[in-house]
Amino acid sequence: MTVSTVLTWLVVIGGLLILMKPLGIYMYKVFTFQPTILDRPMKPIEGLIFRLLHVSETSQMNAVEYGVAFVITNMLWAVMAYTLLRMQGALPFNPNHFGNINPQLAFNTSASFVTNTNWQAYSGENTMSYFSAFAVLQFLQFVTPASGAATGVAFVRAVSGRGLGNFFVDLTLVLTRVLLPLAVIFGLIFVALGVPETLGPYLHLHTLNNQSQVVPRGPIASWESIEHLGQNGGGFTNANSANPLENPSALSNIFQAIAMGLVPVAFFYLFGMFTGKKRLAWTLIAVAGTLYLAMLAMIYFPEMAGNPIINALGLHGHANMVGKELRFGMGGTSIFETSTMAFTTGSVASAHDSFLPIPSLAFFLGMFLNMVFGGKGVGLLNMLMFVIITVFLMGLMVGRTPEFLGKKIEAREVSLASIAFLLHPLLILAGAAIATATPAGLAGVFNPGPQGLSEILYGFTSAAANNGSAMGGLGASLPFYEVALGIVVIIGRYASIMAMLLVGQSLLRKKAVPETSGTMRTDTPLFWGILLGSIVILNALTFFPVMALGPIAEHYLLMAHHVFS
Amino acid sequence: MVLTLKRAVLSTISLWIILAWGYTFLMVGLGQLFFPYQANGSPVSVRGHVVGLQHVGQYFGNNLQYFWGRPSDTVSVATGKPQPYNAFASSPSNYGPTNAKLIQDIQARIHMYRQTTPGLHVSRIPISLVESSGSGLDPNIAVQSALIQIPRIAKHTGLSEKTLKHLVATQILPPDLGVFGPRRINVLLLNKALYQMLHH
Repeated sequence: MTVSTVLTWLVVIGGLLILMKPLGIYMYKVFTFQPTILDRPMKPIEGLIFRLLHVSETSQMNAVEYGVAFVITNMLWAVMAYTLLRMQGALPFNPNHFGNINPQLAFNTSASFVTNTNWQAYSGENTMSYFSAFAVLQFLQFVTPASGAATGVAFVRAVSGRGLGNFFVDLTLVLTRVLLPLAVIFGLIFVALGVPETLGPYLHLHTLNNQSQVVPRGPIASWESIEHLGQNGGGFTNANSANPLENPSALSNIFQAIAMGLVPVAFFYLFGMFTGKKRLAWTLIAVAGTLYLAMLAMIYFPEMAGNPIINALGLHGHANMVGKELRFGMGGTSIFETSTMAFTTGSVASAHDSFLPIPSLAFFLGMFLNMVFGGKGVGLLNMLMFVIITVFLMGLMVGRTPEFLGKKIEAREVSLASIAFLLHPLLILAGAAIATATPAGLAGVFNPGPQGLSEILYGFTSAAANNGSAMGGLGASLPFYEVALGIVVIIGRYASIMAMLLVGQSLLRKKAVPETSGTMRTDTPLFWGILLGSIVILNALTFFPVMALGPIAEHYLLMAHHVFS
Repeated sequence: MVLTLKRAVLSTISLWIILAWGYTFLMVGLGQLFFPYQANGSPVSVRGHVVGLQHVGQYFGNNLQYFWGRPSDTVSVATGKPQPYNAFASSPSNYGPTNAKLIQDIQARIHMYRQTTPGLHVSRIPISLVESSGSGLDPNIAVQSALIQIPRIAKHTGLSEKTLKHLVATQILPPDLGVFGPRRINVLLLNKALYQMLHH
C-alpha cells in the first residue's frame, strides 16, 4: 500500500468518524426542536411553510398516517417529474435544444429518482436540459432522500418511546437544517476544485489537433453536492463521477466520498442520542464499520494485483486500470467505490463492469446487506431489522423471550422484520430469474460468460437496494429493463419502509419491561459478533448459490486464464 | 387523505421554489463570483482561442507529432461508431475481465505503440496507457507514458529527445496537496507546451 492510499483512506474514514458526533448531536437537537445555530436564517422560512400547511412541531401522526403521507408525497413527485420530463422540449433553460424524453425512459427515471435509486438508463449530457437537471432531477435528489430520512427519524422517535412526529415537519427540517446547508458548503468546494457551475451552453471547440469537440457544462457542482450528500448517485453525465467534469481531481474524489457518508453515519449516532443507548449505537457502528473495511479490502487488493490474463502480456505495472481514471489513484478509486456501495449512493468513479470478480462480490455484498450504514435513515432501519431478527434468534437459542430497547419482541415484530428481510431476495432473485428466462431480458447482456449473469443480477440488486449503480454493459435503456427495474425500485423502497414503520409503532405501544441480570445485552462485543455472524449467515444462505454462478465462477475461470468471446 | 394530498402539494411547491430555483441560482451566482475560471469549465487558451478544457481529455491519437492520451472507447451518439474522447457521450468500454475483446484491444494497442516507436519493449509500456479509462475522457497519463513516446515525437517534429525530455519534466503534476493521487501528466497541457515550442 502506498502512502497516498493510506492517507486517502485516513482522511475519508477519519473525517467521517470526527464529524459523526457533532453532526449527530446537531441533528438530535433539530429533531427534538431545540435551538440550533441555523434558527436565525431558517426559522422564518420554515414558519412560512408550516403556516401554509397548517402543521406545527407538536403535530403527530401514527405509523399509517406517516407512511401514507410519505407515499402520497413521493407519488406526487413521480407524477411531477414524469410530466416535466415528457414536455422537456417546450420548457426553458434548454440551451442545447434537447427534445422530450420518451415515455419508458421518463417512467424509469422518475421512478428511480423518486425512490432515491437514481438508476441511469439516461445519458445526462446528451438527453437532459438544464431545466430537467436542476428543476426536476436535482430537486428530487434533495427531497426523496429527505423523505427517507424523515421515516428514519420517525422510527427512531418511536423506538425511543416518543410519538412518531409529523412527516411534513420532519421533511422540511431535514432539508432546511441538514441537506441544504451542507449542499451549499460542498457545492462551493466542488466549484473551487474545478467542477463547472454555469447556465451557459455547451462549448464547441476547435482543438490543437484540428478536430472539433463538444464539451458539456452546466450547473454541475450544485448537482454533485446533493447527488452525494443525499446518497442519490444519478450522474449529470453518463460516466457519472468517473467523468472529469463531475470529479476532476483526487481531492474532489475524497470530498465526494466523505459527502456520501456524513449523514448516514451520523444517523447511527442520532439513534444513540434518541434512545439514550450510546453503547448500543457504537456496537451497531462497529458492525457496519467492520463490513465497510472488509469491502474496502476486497476491492483494493485484487485490483492492485490486477488481471492475470493481461499481466501475462508483460506490461509495465500490474494494477487493473480498465475503466478507471488515473487521477484518483487506486486508493481513491477503491474508497469511492466502497462508499458508494456501502452508503447505497450508486455514483461510480470507475466502470463496475470492468472490475475483477472479488471486488464485484464486494459490490454485491454492499447491496445485499443494504445496512453498511446504508442510505440516511433507511440504512439504520435495515440494520435494526437485522437486530430484531438476531435478538429473536438468540432468544430461541437460550429459550428466553427476546427483548430490544426494553420492549418484548414478539410474533408481530418478528413477522414484519422477516417480511422486510425476505422481500429483498425475492425481488432480486425472481427478477433476475425472469430476465434470464426471457429473450427480452437476455438481450440486455453485454459481456460473455458468468459476467453476463452478474450484469443482470447486479441490475436487479441495485434496483431492489435503491442503489442505482450498474454494471454498465447491461442494456439498461431496453424497454424490458426500464419497466422491470422501475417496478422493482418502487416495491423495494416502499414495502420495506412501511413494514419497519409498523414495527416502530408496535414497539411504541408496548409496556417497557425493566432490565434485569437475565436480560440479553445488545451493547457488548459479544453482540457485535453475533449480529455480524447472523447478518453474514442469513445473507450467505440467501445469495450464495447465485453468487457461485456469477462472480465466484468468473473468479476461478479468470485464474485459469479462460477467455470468453 | 385529501388534506394530506393538499399538504403534499403545498409543501412540494414551497420546497421546489427553495431547492430547485433558490439553491441553483445561489450556487451559480456564488460560483461565478468567487471561482469564475473553474465555474466556466477551466478553459485552456492558445493565442486567445479556447482550445480545450483543462480537465477534459482530447483525442491526439491520429497525429504522430503529439503525445497520445489513454485509449478511449466513447462512440458517436448519431452513428454509434467509435469517436474517441467524445465529451458529449462519456462512457467506458464496460468490458469484463474475461472478455476476449478486452484482451484483443490491449494487444492491438501494444502493437500500435511498438510499430510507431521502433525498439520499444513491452515491459516499458505502462498498463494504464493501453487500458481505456472510466469516462473515455481521462485527461492524464503516467509520467512513464509520456517518456516512452518521446522517440516517436522527436522523429516526427525534428525536436531533440533532450528538449522533449525537458519539456515533459516541466509538465509533471504533483499529487494533490503533495500526497493525494499519483504524479501525472496532463496531455492537453503538455501538447499545448509542445505546440507553442513548434509555433512560436
